[in-house]
Amino acid sequence: MSKVKIATMWFSGCAGCHMSLLDIDEVFIELAGRIELCNSPLTDLKVFPEGGVDVTLIEGAIANEEHLHLVKEAREKTKILIAFGDCAVTGNVPGMRNGIPTDHLIEDIYGKDTTTNGELPYDVVPRLLDRVRPVHEVVPVEYFLHGCPPPPGVIAKAILALLDGKTPELVGEDLKFG
Amino acid sequence: METIKLKIDGRDITTEAGKTILEVATENGIRIPTLCHLDGLEDVGACRLCIVDVHGQLVTSCTTQVAADMEVLTQTKTVKEYRRMILELLFAEGNHVCSFCVSNGGCELQDLACELEMHSVRVPYAYPRNRIDATHPQFLIDRDRCVLCGRCVRVCAEVEGAHTWGFAERGSAARVITDLAVDWGAAESCTSCGKCVDVCPTGAIVFKGASNAEILKDPDLVARLIERREHE
Repeated sequence: MSKVKIATMWFSGCAGCHMSLLDIDEVFIELAGRIELCNSPLTDLKVFPEGGVDVTLIEGAIANEEHLHLVKEAREKTKILIAFGDCAVTGNVPGMRNGIPTDHLIEDIYGKDTTTNGELPYDVVPRLLDRVRPVHEVVPVEYFLHGCPPPPGVIAKAILALLDGKTPELVGEDLKFG
Repeated sequence: METIKLKIDGRDITTEAGKTILEVATENGIRIPTLCHLDGLEDVGACRLCIVDVHGQLVTSCTTQVAADMEVLTQTKTVKEYRRMILELLFAEGNHVCSFCVSNGGCELQDLACELEMHSVRVPYAYPRNRIDATHPQFLIDRDRCVLCGRCVRVCAEVEGAHTWGFAERGSAARVITDLAVDWGAAESCTSCGKCVDVCPTGAIVFKGASNAEILKDPDLVARLIERREHE
């Protein structure tokens, strides 16, 4: 049986969801024989393999033009897309900037008192979107893993169900935000 | 007291006239989700989450009295869909960032997302920017976390008798205010009893000085107080 291809991506989030993924402990032993971890911050592979992947976990909200581009590419190259954690599901903490004009944010953080003198090298730095969006506002999403971060048990439950070709049964406390 | 018979979810139930559908359901172990309802306070049907199907019509079970031969359905597909949409709108209208909130882990809105299986909010979030009023020495209100359930307004009027809290404006501009929309710290009618803090279902009205996930509310306080008063 061929291995299930899984990718993970990290947008506007703190990497806590990836830390929680690493926290599934012995489940990794079972996963090792059944999955191939493709492009992911954990493997440092940057591009999707030819033919795409079966599952992509997306941590973080969509906050800049690069995220927007990459999440659309992920959607095209993935069978099952999962919004992984509260930032991806709701916008969460990154979304708290919404309502503040982006040039005010840039001015406040990279303003006159910094060495860049308020000039950002936009040829290499992606521009911020006017508002941070949850993943499902940009592309269709199959499943949502709640939590900041999602508990390791919920992550393991969802991945193992998908490997068995089943729908993850996310109910009750599994759906707790925060 | 007149005895009547009705059906809830196909179960034959005998009860007394004058009770609400929610009361009768609760007495019979049938769970209906609620948010603005609180034992001890007058029901107002503000949040609409307790809707049930009565002969094809959706009504709020906390404000609808039982009647003879009534057939109530609490878990139809339509009822569940409407409850979920109402909940999603409540989440979208405020800034309910659980991970950042003092009431994380002790919030009734957060619990409802689990109970009603809200996987995502399908409408865009509004991201309101109300000023936080921290002028009171002990308490503060973050109106971006308020769901307008009106528990603070009712407990202040019905139990404390201070009438400090009230509503102002309508629609998406609606908000709770202290006295005639003055800062809470300047509201002379406030007795600083703190009942509004304990009954607030979210992290909107909280004790000062609490950090993330530190606040646990005590909404049952009202029912206990009322019971004790009855014994006096």
